[in-house]
Amino acid sequence: MKRVVITGAGTINALGHSVPDTLDAMREGRCGIGELDFRDVERLSIRIGGQVRGFEAEGRFNRQQMTLYDRFTQFTLTAAREAIEQSGITFSGDLSARSGVVLGTAGGGVSTWDDNYRSVYEDGKNRVHPFVVPKLMNNAAASHVSMEFNLKGPSFTVSTACASSNHAMAQAFQMVRSGMAPAMITGGSESMLCFGGVKAWEGLRVMSRDACRPFSANRNGMVQGEGAGVFVFEDYDHARARGADILCEVIGFAMSSDASDIVMPSKQGAARAISGALADARIAADRVGYINAHGTGTAANDKTECAAVADVFGPHADNLMMSSTKSMHGHLIGGTGAVELLACIMALRDGVIAPTIGYEEPDPECALDIVPNEAREADVDVALSNAFAFGGLNAVLALKRV
Amino acid sequence: MSTNEIEDKVIGIIAEQAVLEPSDVTLDSTLEELGIDSMGLVESIFAIEEAFDITVPFNANEPDQSDFDISSVKSIIAGIDRLVREQA
Repeated sequence: MKRVVITGAGTINALGHSVPDTLDAMREGRCGIGELDFRDVERLSIRIGGQVRGFEAEGRFNRQQMTLYDRFTQFTLTAAREAIEQSGITFSGDLSARSGVVLGTAGGGVSTWDDNYRSVYEDGKNRVHPFVVPKLMNNAAASHVSMEFNLKGPSFTVSTACASSNHAMAQAFQMVRSGMAPAMITGGSESMLCFGGVKAWEGLRVMSRDACRPFSANRNGMVQGEGAGVFVFEDYDHARARGADILCEVIGFAMSSDASDIVMPSKQGAARAISGALADARIAADRVGYINAHGTGTAANDKTECAAVADVFGPHADNLMMSSTKSMHGHLIGGTGAVELLACIMALRDGVIAPTIGYEEPDPECALDIVPNEAREADVDVALSNAFAFGGLNAVLALKRV
Repeated sequence: MSTNEIEDKVIGIIAEQAVLEPSDVTLDSTLEELGIDSMGLVESIFAIEEAFDITVPFNANEPDQSDFDISSVKSIIAGIDRLVREQA
């Protein structure tokens, strides 16, 4: 088995258009959630979100590209470029033939669906642009990354709702660890902040109208975000041989299925994914110093997640830190695990734990150290990143400082 | 719309959600007694909003804090009665 390291990271989200900007915001506990701004927003009852601001596709992409790139693809390509440039890796020859791209997204080109349904249903048009299908398909982002960066190995898209990115990164990890691919581009993206995207979530009655306050007794729901996180996962020996800067090591993962309910989370399913990741990484539970929580800010998730962590870690649950950065960037749905992995990298590499902002009242059912409101300095050796999706599909990754 | 009409309509919606006869749904029944879980509740509220053309202020994360009291069939009817008048 190969050791797997991360040699590049890229992102765009409500906190920043790059990794350094995003980590600065997390360190400062800044909130990227605000009033939504798009067509027909006045017909929504939920009007806040972690929207990416000041991102102009014009200028970044040419006219031909713009006709093919939905916003989720634009985010993905922007983040992928940052990650690959940082990594310094160039895909050619055998490396190109064997390396691929596995990305997560829950909705794919949601705003392309939305715009074109509006056009044919509301505006009564009978013709849509010829590239609607290649623009909205869930694998469009992965395919455009493969084309842009010459990745000719195993490439596909994973869609498991809010765990999509973690499932995608778990796949990429497994491919590099097994020796199947020397490097993989992985992560995920989402762009559902349009009228139809938010309207669908509004129907479920789990969204907050004012803020995302994970673990706080007065939490009242989730807040959607948008953006992308993309990483270069690379064989350790390959990275060392080319003198790459190593951000951290990926040491294990596990996936589990609750097999119980389409929306309500299960403590057992979450606990099996967390303990499975520790077993896969072959590390003792007490080495974990930080967990980036799924922490959606809903009544159901947060108490279930805390109970699962308490079950797996026993007394050590009181020693570790667990925060939800969704309080700052919102819930990026299929892209969320990728952006949240950055908080784990910051904990391991910089010794800074991103806070759970918006925390106001202790909840006895969430009685863990959730790093309330202010970032903290801490020496962390091993970190976990949790993702628990609708449909009961869970994926947890384990990372280690190098 | 009279209070009786509202009552009949709401009981019909709740009975359908609970897969019961309307005669099995009493004013004092709670949704829990009728076997309606959190997803069933959200669906019932949606059906009520559609039937009466009203917006019910309900957040599944804090069902007790909504202005809309869902503790019994009676309280739900009273809440709808008020909303129908307010939003008329």
